[in-house]
Amino acid sequence: MMINGVQIDDTFAEAFNMRGTRVIITAQNHKWAYNGANAMTGFATSVIGCGVEAGIERELSPQETPDGRPGVAVLMFAMGSAVLMKQLENRMGQTILTCPTAAAFSGIEGNDRINLGKNLRFFGDGFQISKQFGGKRYWRVPVMDGEFITEETTGMVRAVGGGNFLVLATSQPQALAACEAAIEAMTKIPNVIMPFPGGVVRSGSKVGSKYKTMFASTNDAFCPTLKGVTDTQLSEDIESVMEIVIDGLTEADIRKATYVGIEAACKLGGENGVKRISAGNYGGKLGQFQFHLRDIMNDKSLSGGSA
Amino acid sequence: MSALTFTLKKDLAQKLDVSPLTPDLLAGKSLAEISATLLWYGKKQIRVDEAFEITGKDTNEIVFDQSTSKIDYIGSGLKTGRITVNGDAGAFLAFQMHRGNITVNGNVNDFAATEMAGGLLLINHNVGDYLGAALVGNKKGMKGGTIIVKGNAGDRIGDQMRRGIILIEGNVGSYCASRMLAGTIGVLGNVGEYVGYGMRRGTILLTQTPKLHATIQDCGIHTMPFLSLMFKSFSDFPSKFAHINQNRVHRFAGDIGNDGKGEILVLK
Repeated sequence: MMINGVQIDDTFAEAFNMRGTRVIITAQNHKWAYNGANAMTGFATSVIGCGVEAGIERELSPQETPDGRPGVAVLMFAMGSAVLMKQLENRMGQTILTCPTAAAFSGIEGNDRINLGKNLRFFGDGFQISKQFGGKRYWRVPVMDGEFITEETTGMVRAVGGGNFLVLATSQPQALAACEAAIEAMTKIPNVIMPFPGGVVRSGSKVGSKYKTMFASTNDAFCPTLKGVTDTQLSEDIESVMEIVIDGLTEADIRKATYVGIEAACKLGGENGVKRISAGNYGGKLGQFQFHLRDIMNDKSLSGGSA
Repeated sequence: MSALTFTLKKDLAQKLDVSPLTPDLLAGKSLAEISATLLWYGKKQIRVDEAFEITGKDTNEIVFDQSTSKIDYIGSGLKTGRITVNGDAGAFLAFQMHRGNITVNGNVNDFAATEMAGGLLLINHNVGDYLGAALVGNKKGMKGGTIIVKGNAGDRIGDQMRRGIILIEGNVGSYCASRMLAGTIGVLGNVGEYVGYGMRRGTILLTQTPKLHATIQDCGIHTMPFLSLMFKSFSDFPSKFAHINQNRVHRFAGDIGNDGKGEILVLK
């Protein structure tokens, strides 16, 4: 399969069941909402080292937030509910409680509720105040800038993590340009985040290592400088490979984001050095979900800017 | 189906307890069964059809017409449906109400919404003392739900109130929110003496600074973002409170004679 001179490999991305939540961070203005949300979602690229994968889903206008202030929506994913809860509370406590003017609210319904500000209230040392409006419980914690407002809980849902695709190009700048174009299009898709720096990861991994202590190590089959010494997956003209990892609330959200991302990368086309699109998997044995690239790119119902 | 309507035909000399006449207790009953239901009238019991003319069938929607302040316990323990009272209501209106909706197009006596736990009570005229309070001897008053009063209210509004919202568009008497445990009381008119007397937690929202007693302490003027959340949650209420959109307030804390975690917020 070729799109605009770019080969789409007959392969699939392998993805996993995760637990996810959405939190709405509001502040006096978008600048401070981003300051809080960026800190909250910092160092949250991969569950392996960070516990959670998190990112900013989108910006929210004052009309879209519970308290009528500018805000952003944050999505956070983890492999289990316990670690998601722990990470959420830690990150809330260190980044949103501390961020001037910031407040946090539940951004998703769900029968499973996890603590948002439930335990942060104890920072109030007895001066905290609970208020219940419209069936929801909020906490007001007196802090030096005024009051920190947080909803008691947020919803937790079943989600999907680890959707991905690889961009293979004839040079490093061209691979990055294609990924940047893909990310720009994908950030407009709701219910997904691309958790790596700028949405792009260069250190794709394989399972296992020659070193006993390592569970995963560099994906040498896709490392361009090792073409001559490993069982390479790269043709002569490929000089750089980058990956985009996608976490989403549902399988359909990831399919949509994959389509939109690959479409944007392919728009640059073969003449801009974008040669191949591939995907990372573990032979289909580990993940509950498979995202077959050609199947997705043939599904024209996925085209269009937003869901 | 038209609403099940009880039109008062008896000139009441004694108090009449209509607590059996709620949607949940009458559901599925025939007209004959409803007519034969016994109500306490003073110290004896009378049949429903001795006191009321009964029309309509929909037990989920009950109307009391020609109601007077002699009729007590309207909507007692209400768990579902809607009750409309045309005329006045007696004592213990909405006693321990759980869910549903009660509207009174008239004045209401004392002890309305005693130990109310949920639902919406709308009073289109005035209400007496101890609105949303506890039964005498009990330690917790209203535990949830919303009360909207278009007129004035008497003394001891929200006495020992534990949770929920009381919004009064007119004036209130003395000792408003006395011994309040938590919850929210809003008053657009004047309040009498000793507002928040002995309050432990909870929020009283006022439009003008009242004369405060010594154990309510001034905390200064502040912009409080939680008020946006609160007024947003009021926006669907059939009340003047739905149109307030202001979060600059003068905050007083107290009653420091009883823990002092309560607050009186005066809109600026």
